[in-house]
Amino acid sequence: MSDAPIRLRTEKLSAMYGKFSAINAVSLEFPANRVHALIGPSGCGKSTFLRTLNRLHEMTPHAWITGKVLLDGHDIYQRDVSPIQLRRRVGMVFQKPTPFPTMSIFDNVASGLRIGRRVGKQEVAEIVERSLQRASLWDEVKDRLSTSATGLSGGQQQRLCLARTIAPEPEVILLDEPTASLDPQGTQRIEELMFELKEEFTIVIVTHNMQQAARVSDTTSFFYLGNMVEHGPTPAMFTRPQDPQTEAYITGRFG
Amino acid sequence: MVSRVMVGVMVAAVVVAVLPLILILGSLIVRGASALTLDFFTKLPAPVGQPGGGVRHAIVGTLMIVGTAALAGVPFGIAAGVYCSEFKGSRLATITRFVADVLNGTPSIVVGVFAWTSIVATQKHFSALAGSAALAILMLPMVMRTTEELLNLVPISLREAALALGYSRWRTTLTIVLRTALPGIVTGSLLAVARISGETAPLLFTALGSQYLSYNIDQPMAALPLVVFTYATGPFEEWHQLAWTAALVLIIVVLVLSIIARIVTRQRFGRNV
Repeated sequence: MSDAPIRLRTEKLSAMYGKFSAINAVSLEFPANRVHALIGPSGCGKSTFLRTLNRLHEMTPHAWITGKVLLDGHDIYQRDVSPIQLRRRVGMVFQKPTPFPTMSIFDNVASGLRIGRRVGKQEVAEIVERSLQRASLWDEVKDRLSTSATGLSGGQQQRLCLARTIAPEPEVILLDEPTASLDPQGTQRIEELMFELKEEFTIVIVTHNMQQAARVSDTTSFFYLGNMVEHGPTPAMFTRPQDPQTEAYITGRFG
Repeated sequence: MVSRVMVGVMVAAVVVAVLPLILILGSLIVRGASALTLDFFTKLPAPVGQPGGGVRHAIVGTLMIVGTAALAGVPFGIAAGVYCSEFKGSRLATITRFVADVLNGTPSIVVGVFAWTSIVATQKHFSALAGSAALAILMLPMVMRTTEELLNLVPISLREAALALGYSRWRTTLTIVLRTALPGIVTGSLLAVARISGETAPLLFTALGSQYLSYNIDQPMAALPLVVFTYATGPFEEWHQLAWTAALVLIIVVLVLSIIARIVTRQRFGRNV
């Protein structure tokens, strides 16, 4: 399990909004090609933690961090790192599906490719098709690629966002409660996809749903009041939690 | 029973609200439509005492004056609106917003006097350009505030999705946020154009009006509201007739702009559903 190279690591990472500290000195390691779940009650800082990993946190007014986030051993908060370049390596899917309403299905998937390096038309079409196939959406939309993305169902929209995120070939995919607004079928399809996608990507998922964390993840971190309370292989976390707070949370006594 | 009374009160209120509009349109059509011939659009005014003649000079003038005003007012208004939406908390945005609201409530005649002192008085002659400047000043806060409010309606999640894909901030603003709000901004701008095309007071001191067809923006120029004003207050019966018909044409111009604005909006919802 721990023989995979470390893709992403945080060292004493704290994230602040003004004077309020949302997460305190969290140190975590994420080996490559695994699914990592972040669980914890609302307001525990797990989403904020996720947003520090692609530097989206700093787009909020008065938000700042201390500590380090190392992607392939290189601190992403160093001066020479452009957050724009970084976000092409660390993709993100949000709680609510966010297709660009003015773009067609095709253009949505291609939107991340058209910025940055020049890509030929033929290549864009190939990448769009491959990305939609990997998000298991191709068969449903291949005849209506030029129609508006807002005509899709919620579950389809979320898989479209997943296709859009994987099209530029990031190394890490961050998922912020990606199934919170989906029905059980949509949820199941996203969960199935995670097993396939981790072959190529390192996945960090924030979830409120503990069954989901248990089903899809290889390692789990439990956050509570801005602290990372416990971290370990998922089966061990759910069967023999070390910390009484973790045990209380996963057995449903609070949160 | 109470419910019925309330419905009755509300229906009465709606009638009171709509009645003036119907009366205005009705009297315009009754009194103006008879002279609404092709000549009215293509001919210049006839000499006093002779029947017929048209207001081609004023239609051309209104299009030129309002067009020039929109050319200046719309881009600056949208740009200022984007700034105020992007840098919401900044001091400059707060001041700009306040100034725009004051300007929005300023009587148009004050703006006309301002254009007179700053342009007409310094150039020492009346000009259509000064009229355009006054109308542009009137448009600016309308377009700006509409743009800002519509940009604020674009969900933050959409902006974050673009940033998370590696879009730069300006690219996110232009290609995602502004693009999403664009149909509404076009509508708002068209409505602002419709509103200023009926303005009379600011043109009295600036474009002044003219009996001749002119394409020179640096000279006095006729405009539909000025024609209505001059002819309606003039002593001749033929002039009164012309004023009615010019007023009808003015209303039609505004109506057409409003309808275009509606169609643009409908397309947006049509695509989203």
